[in-house]
Amino acid sequence: MITLLDLFSIAAISAGTFFFFAGTVGLLRFPDSLTRLHALAKADNLGLGLVALGLLPRADSALSALKLIVIWVLVLLSGASSAQLIGRALRRGRK
Amino acid sequence: MSLLAFLDILLALLVVAVAVWTIVARDLFAAVVGYVAYGLLLAFVWIRLYAPDVALTEAAVGGGVTGVLLITAGKRLGALKNVAPEAQPGFAFRLLAGALAALVAGAIGAAILMLPEQPPSLAPEAAAAASTAGAGLGNPITAVLMSYRSFDTMLEKIVLILAVVGVWSVGSDKAWGGAPAPFRQSKPYAPMVFLAQMLAPIGVLIGIHMFWTGANAPGGAFQGGALLAAMWMVIMMARLVEPPRVDAQWLRLALVAGPAVFLISGIAGEVAAGSFFAYPPSLAKPIILLIEAFMLLSIAAALPMLVAGPPNEGPG
Repeated sequence: MITLLDLFSIAAISAGTFFFFAGTVGLLRFPDSLTRLHALAKADNLGLGLVALGLLPRADSALSALKLIVIWVLVLLSGASSAQLIGRALRRGRK
Repeated sequence: MSLLAFLDILLALLVVAVAVWTIVARDLFAAVVGYVAYGLLLAFVWIRLYAPDVALTEAAVGGGVTGVLLITAGKRLGALKNVAPEAQPGFAFRLLAGALAALVAGAIGAAILMLPEQPPSLAPEAAAAASTAGAGLGNPITAVLMSYRSFDTMLEKIVLILAVVGVWSVGSDKAWGGAPAPFRQSKPYAPMVFLAQMLAPIGVLIGIHMFWTGANAPGGAFQGGALLAAMWMVIMMARLVEPPRVDAQWLRLALVAGPAVFLISGIAGEVAAGSFFAYPPSLAKPIILLIEAFMLLSIAAALPMLVAGPPNEGPG
């Protein structure tokens, strides 16, 4: 039997997968490194966030739910920072 | 065929494809990126083979530390290329190298193909021995590493120290005792500093957790140590701290602490429990945790020193 929570999980994870897909298409199709970086960073952060959100009701305990959120926050942090670093390396390379 | 089996085959094909791509990539940096991707995919393979301990190590070492090491090595090679004239090896030499590489690859492949159906394995015996010797440890992998194969585990750590000694000894005589060159950034860069300040406390906590939980669950000193090493590298890259001088007393003590405590415990086992590296059963867990704690320290000190490279500033 599909409960409301299951429906929520399916919807959130599907939306997350869509963002991953869109980010991958952007990575493959966008013309230069900065736009590719933009596609990747935005889509991955939102995509992973939605997947984590969809998995929250399925977590065994409050602790594993917290771990999911921590994983997402860590990926946000490292993704945003590495996008900054790659962006700066690109800008320096152009000069 | 089930969906999961299909995904497994896809994963295996992907690993082979990335491996081939890494070998044929002409650009050094591209090959390193391929190698890191290969390491992360391999970590997934280990997860699928129900070996989370190996997966953690592969992700931390194969994907992380080795990647940084290779990128730094690549940068140094690139800098050298402009100075030294490049001597192209002759055709016969390259043919010989290729033939030798093919021979080694062929021998490994043949050995894998000729494995007997029931491979001779010490694993059941080791697990049985570890469950008695390492009483109190819920994680059989840690128990085997620390009780059944303790000599190998200790020698692995000594190899790490030898590698650091090797890296240090490439430095010039004039620079001896000084600090390795600062990591990459010429001056602090705000996003890097932010990342280091946010990530390092969390990473250190998770590293210590990995070491502590290794007694009962996947994890252990090597995985935790690799994470601590990565955190030290991050704060050095952000220029929040500088690489230490290679003649710093505390650094050398930290490097040898793990194997030294391991060896002392082993010799103490000879006296207290009747054989080399035997632990008195009632004290097995505290002793193992003590050894692992010092190994954690040594690994966390050794890996960044490998990446930092030889000393290159004059002493003083």
